[in-house]
Amino acid sequence: MGGDIGLWGVPLAILGGAIRVSTPFLFVSLGECLTERSGRINLGLEGTLVFGAMSAYAVAYETGSPWMGVLAAMIAGSAFGLLHGWICSLPKVNDIAIGIALMLFGMGLAFFFGKSFIQPVAPDLPAINFGFWSDYTQVQAALKVNILFLIGIAASLGLWWMFRNTKIGLIIRVVGDSTDAARAMGLRPNLVRLLSTAAGGALAGVGGAYLSLYYPGSWNEGISSGQGLMAVALVIFARWNPIYCFWAALLFGGAGALGPALQSVGVTQGYYLFYAAPYVLTLAVMILTSSASKTMTGAPAELSITK
Amino acid sequence: MSINYKTSRRNLLKSTAGLAGLAAMSSIIPGKRAFAADLTVGFVYVGAKDDYGYNQAHAEGAAAVKEIEGVTVVEEENVPEDVSVQKTMESMINFDGASLIFPTSFGYFDPHILTMAKKYPDVRFEHAGGMWQADKHPMNVGSYFGYIGMGQYLNGITAGHATKTKKIGFVAAKPIPQVLLNINSFLLGARAVDPTITCQVIFTGEWSLAVKEAEATNALADQGADVITCHVDGPKVVMETAAGRGAYICGYHANQSSLAPDKYLTGAEWNWAKVYTDMVNTMKGGGTIDNFIRGGLKEGFIKMSPLGPAVSDAGRQQFEETQAEILKGGFAVIKGPLNDNKGNVIATAGQSFVETDVALESMNYLVEGVVGSTS
Repeated sequence: MGGDIGLWGVPLAILGGAIRVSTPFLFVSLGECLTERSGRINLGLEGTLVFGAMSAYAVAYETGSPWMGVLAAMIAGSAFGLLHGWICSLPKVNDIAIGIALMLFGMGLAFFFGKSFIQPVAPDLPAINFGFWSDYTQVQAALKVNILFLIGIAASLGLWWMFRNTKIGLIIRVVGDSTDAARAMGLRPNLVRLLSTAAGGALAGVGGAYLSLYYPGSWNEGISSGQGLMAVALVIFARWNPIYCFWAALLFGGAGALGPALQSVGVTQGYYLFYAAPYVLTLAVMILTSSASKTMTGAPAELSITK
Repeated sequence: MSINYKTSRRNLLKSTAGLAGLAAMSSIIPGKRAFAADLTVGFVYVGAKDDYGYNQAHAEGAAAVKEIEGVTVVEEENVPEDVSVQKTMESMINFDGASLIFPTSFGYFDPHILTMAKKYPDVRFEHAGGMWQADKHPMNVGSYFGYIGMGQYLNGITAGHATKTKKIGFVAAKPIPQVLLNINSFLLGARAVDPTITCQVIFTGEWSLAVKEAEATNALADQGADVITCHVDGPKVVMETAAGRGAYICGYHANQSSLAPDKYLTGAEWNWAKVYTDMVNTMKGGGTIDNFIRGGLKEGFIKMSPLGPAVSDAGRQQFEETQAEILKGGFAVIKGPLNDNKGNVIATAGQSFVETDVALESMNYLVEGVVGSTS
């Protein structure tokens, strides 16, 4: 073990927590961002996340390859996305209600198939040690970065660029902002939304794979504890911008590490309060950034919550 | 699968009771009565049967009961602590003919077990916890539990020998008496080796929160804790994370040595197999099970995992000597002079609380040397 780092443990834990805990938030919020930009809300991503975690763990255990697990989670996630997208393309279907139904369905299915995978140990995803320069094991541990985290950064930059500069990005944005305009352009809004929801589901599935294959790195029924739901809320917080999604995910990850870190340096009173830090933070930022004249900056106009 | 099964059973219950209940029942019951010695035992779990922790320990006990001749075991897992447990118990009684039921979770007791016990006075209900009182509760309800704090004391002894930083760590769920006793015992075991050792505790606030448990373990490792144990429902995440950070680990609930054989010192395990087979055999032999059953290492209610390769010879010796002391009975972990970590006196010199003392079942303090707070 390294030396005694005392109070430095708190900022270090927040940094380490931001890197370790943020990845599922990042992938789910990117998936949701993509889906919502096309004008649809998928609240079922919590279920997709849990099912992705289970399928990734199961496949990684059976095949011995964590990357096969990630692939399985992507496929499972896009299947859930397709299902959601298909049901929502039927007339008079409420996407929020379907999302909640699919969330419960995904979790139930994952618990059912996941029974026999609670005890076995599956191989972990590899990580890169960016803390090699430090003599402190604590710093080395905090700067151990999983490859999926880096892929997540690339994905948020890629999505941001796609929305701004590519034809696909433009199509998704048009469909999300006005179904009528999209139809007039000869686009098929339902197909675009179906594919966006499927791609969003695949991203959420990868987030699940990170949970079960890297951190905390095992499959059990309490693995997600609502992270998928929080990530959906993060998208609103991030104003539907993939880059902001990344920062918001980091913030949530870091704030979540605050509670345990403070207890570990001896600030032990009121830990339930520190555990609420991410939510207090969200509330504060929401209030500070809200505007009376301009509601919901950046919100796709076709979203059922803005209509 | 299990859900479908339950629903169909329940539907069957409705239709048979509603239409031709008596006729239908009479065709089932004589078949069962033909074998008077036969006994059907029901087990109800709050979580997954194979959670590598609390529920698995009970399920292993149930598996041992299955081996007894003439005994049929029925089980149901993931039963929430609400009215569903009453339905589960009722269906076990009416359709499987269970006459002894073990609802194993703490929250099943009041009002669920109490309601069922009044409705089915001929069925025996046995609850793991500590709340049965003769003047308040029905006589066909019993309470049993084990002194697992002694196991954490022995964990602490191996931890005291293994630690180099003189700092050990504990990931705890909630500050309830059983958890506090485990934390205090773990530290006092380590202090029996070296009185300068401190124990850092982090509460996660819930029985099963994988990410928070991993964060708590990392925070402990960051602060230099080099032996870590826990009291959460499924210790797998804590064990894997701690071993991944290079810390030694002490197990809880069940034997977790296969997760990190080199780092695993020992562990405090439940031994429900012995407790359950004893109770079932008593009932099968026509006897009455005591309403208030407690036991520790000596009675075989708990056991220790085999010592890992990382335990030094000195550690092994002190572990074995202390274990022999405990096996004699009347061992006290909490004994004076002892203060809590706020400076209040817990026990004066010469005063001690032996393992069987019921005062320990309402513990609300952390002893001196534990860094942490109960609220």
